[in-house]
Amino acid sequence: MFIPHSDADIAEMLKKIGITKVDDLFTDVPEKLRYPELNLPEAVSEMEALKNLQEFAYANDSTQDLICFLGAGAYNHYIPAGVDSIISRGEFLTAYTPYQPEVSQGTLQAIFEYQSLIASLTGMEVSNASHYDGATAAAEACVLAYHHFRGKRNKFVISKGLNPQYRETICTYFQGYEDVNITGYEHTDPFESDDYLLSQIGTDTAIVYVQYPDFFGQIHDYTKFAESVHEKGALLAISVNPLSLGLLKPPGEFGADIVTGEGQPLGIPLSFGGPYLGIFATTKELVRKLAGRLVGETVDKNGTKGYVLTLTAREQHIRREKATSNICTNQGLMALAATVYMSLLGKQGLNQVAKLNFNKAHYAAEQLNQIEGFRVIQKGPFFNEFVLKCPETVENLNALLLDFDIIGGFDLSKYYPQLPNHMLVAVTEVISKDEIDYFVNSLKEVING
Amino acid sequence: MAESTIFEISSPGRVGVKYPKCDVPEYELPKTLVRKQLPMPEVSELDVIRHFTRLSKMNYSIDSGFYPLGSCTMKYNPKINEVTARLPGFALTHPLQPVDTIQGNLALMFELQDWLLEISGFSGITLQPAAGAHGEYVGVMIIRAYHDDRGEKNRRKMLIPDSAHGTNPASSAMSGFEVVPVATDKNGNVDIESLKSVCDENVAGLMLTNPNTLGLFEQNILEVIHIVHDAGGLVYGDGANLNALLGIVRPGDLGIDIMHFNLHKTFSTPHGGGGPGSGPVGVSKHLIDFLPSPIVGIIEEASEDFPPYYGFVEPKKSIGRIKSFNGHFGMMVRAYTFISMYGKEGIRKIAEGAVLNANYLMALVQDKYKVAIKRPCMHEFVLEGHWSTAPDIHALDIAKRLMDYNFHPPTNYFPLIVPEALMIEPTETESKETLENFADALLKIADEAKNEPQLLKEAPHNTPVGRLDEVKAAKDLVLCCWIPDNLN
Repeated sequence: MFIPHSDADIAEMLKKIGITKVDDLFTDVPEKLRYPELNLPEAVSEMEALKNLQEFAYANDSTQDLICFLGAGAYNHYIPAGVDSIISRGEFLTAYTPYQPEVSQGTLQAIFEYQSLIASLTGMEVSNASHYDGATAAAEACVLAYHHFRGKRNKFVISKGLNPQYRETICTYFQGYEDVNITGYEHTDPFESDDYLLSQIGTDTAIVYVQYPDFFGQIHDYTKFAESVHEKGALLAISVNPLSLGLLKPPGEFGADIVTGEGQPLGIPLSFGGPYLGIFATTKELVRKLAGRLVGETVDKNGTKGYVLTLTAREQHIRREKATSNICTNQGLMALAATVYMSLLGKQGLNQVAKLNFNKAHYAAEQLNQIEGFRVIQKGPFFNEFVLKCPETVENLNALLLDFDIIGGFDLSKYYPQLPNHMLVAVTEVISKDEIDYFVNSLKEVING
Repeated sequence: MAESTIFEISSPGRVGVKYPKCDVPEYELPKTLVRKQLPMPEVSELDVIRHFTRLSKMNYSIDSGFYPLGSCTMKYNPKINEVTARLPGFALTHPLQPVDTIQGNLALMFELQDWLLEISGFSGITLQPAAGAHGEYVGVMIIRAYHDDRGEKNRRKMLIPDSAHGTNPASSAMSGFEVVPVATDKNGNVDIESLKSVCDENVAGLMLTNPNTLGLFEQNILEVIHIVHDAGGLVYGDGANLNALLGIVRPGDLGIDIMHFNLHKTFSTPHGGGGPGSGPVGVSKHLIDFLPSPIVGIIEEASEDFPPYYGFVEPKKSIGRIKSFNGHFGMMVRAYTFISMYGKEGIRKIAEGAVLNANYLMALVQDKYKVAIKRPCMHEFVLEGHWSTAPDIHALDIAKRLMDYNFHPPTNYFPLIVPEALMIEPTETESKETLENFADALLKIADEAKNEPQLLKEAPHNTPVGRLDEVKAAKDLVLCCWIPDNLN
């Protein structure tokens, strides 16, 4: 199978080493603890392994079996066949981090193109080679801000419109920083205004974090907001849904200092939550404080263009305890998937798919808003997600919707106790008008049921 | 010849994928929110496929050859893993679906948790961390939470051997610990006197890599752990080198309190050119309550008619959430597939094969290369890549020259305590012949170093590009492609 040695091989190898049995290699291991009996199942063949795994997979209902109106940070989008075809190539799949540039130009150039595409899409000057996901990218952005001000500004003003899982992750990351004060957890109005957020900023504020579109799907214009944040001397970070930027004004134009986001919508399967892709872009000014890998262009001794990992002196393997981040990987393969996806869709496709999401969500909102007892509550424009106030708990509705083969929207009361009976509905390009109409009719039946 | 960038091959009007026409009315977005320019490439599907296929050919990979990177465990990544991870029932499930609809995913995660616990001897586990370094950060946060919970907020000293991976001190510092180095003795073990001298009432823990980065099993392991425990500290095990211990000894049995796994090393999930990894964290009994949330548990036990009902549970004193959703599920499916194919008896064969291969390879080259510490090694060993008879030659030159022989170089200049280090880890999946071919190349290079040093200094000669100017890259800092004007 995967270990090639025959008994004859082993005998010859042992002889060369100068020992008589394999056990002799493990004499340093405390004898009383050596060779524990493991309570694991018997080994299976490839054929049986596949069958076992299929059984697990069949025990799920996937978005192929059900119509999915669930988003809240992960979205069901169409992934063109070319994406998986490229990322399945062994040359990309089974390579390591490109520490040896001469034999890693494929990975390095692909990352360089990823950085370029993300910079273009977000309107920022620099993108790194990626982070784990949207949540950890947000936490690392706060780490960046904290160190940018050398700990002298220790307040993070975080919007309640930032994905609650990202907010939780930021809090966890900063457990070891006793002086840090993080806002955004008060049980006040979840739809707090931007003015309210601005009123929270003081001279001790390091970073202000907002989301675009926000967790409720709303699109804010942060132009003036950015000015006010900068007047107070703080950094502005914006977490984005990258797919929306095929249509929306890029956050770079607002004057964002840091743009992070969940890259999953860019050609990465839902896969029950991971692996995904953490987008992380900044201004040029912050590049030396940016955590994670960076690829730069250079030349070899013959003047041939090539790519290398650069500014590595910032990283943990050089700076050890003086490094501000311990990151030593990126999401290489997922960044490649996003690169291929953005290339395939290109200028036209990215705009088209963003518009499809926008239009379908608006059609769905319009239809749902007409059902008695339901109301779409959205203060301003939204992208592919919106909040639907329901006449009963979302948990109940979603359980009933399953009988109609529908995965309902996200139950907002899980994170916002102030929002009982509020469903966050996501509509992407894979949902047809007929399916939206079916969703509307199913909800009517459920209620009148 | 360099490959053009995707922006350079762009041509106005091309598109690589077609979407259906919009079947709903069009809605208006306020003009101030509409983007005016979208400077993205315009290319056909074939342009994209050729471009990335050509790029792929500029990569070295496990699928194309031997990749003896020390500490990285570049074993073969079975193809079946890629098939199982892509089963629609897994790949097309949303992380927030009602638990009723994802019992298969939860059952798989639960069983994988169980298997990893069995293999490692721990009592509790989280599958959430995204990578080894992420798992390590979780580990040190748990250590901090544990001491704080016991009212010992003074415990802020983290002891780290000087041979440790750079992530150890970085993770500790991020979590507010003071990093205190511990020396390595002449046999490559933790220096017991050095350890004792820094163990006091302020010690939070010791971060121990075992086998260490010299590829050596810590000969005084039980004593080392005992000393730290006696001082009230916890022992963190860096699981990067777990491949050497599978079925040989369980870190939990040794007394280690907490450890991260690297599913992408030990359990064969592909490295993907730098990720995604997956770094589950196992803990002993007294730390279970501090694990990050959520973890998978049984909500209702199985009955005669029904399988158990799985759900997410939150540990009592959890440090909280450390990333979105449920961890790198796709990597869990792969690791599960891999473990199931080795089973009860086979797991130990992995470690035996890896350790046998490393010792065989070391035996083949040790006449011409100085082994850093001469002792039987575990899954990897460290050579010194320099000779007094070839004064200009460094480990880097040897590494680059290996590329001309179609091998990926070993890890070099790590661990830091060995001069001109070349750290070699063959893994269990390589055949005797592959190891012999690699040894032949290393031996030839040792001769070349003395007779034709220029060959090494100018290497590599046969790669798509030669040695690259890293100083220029850092000075000029070109981090984005040139974008043609017509795209703006």
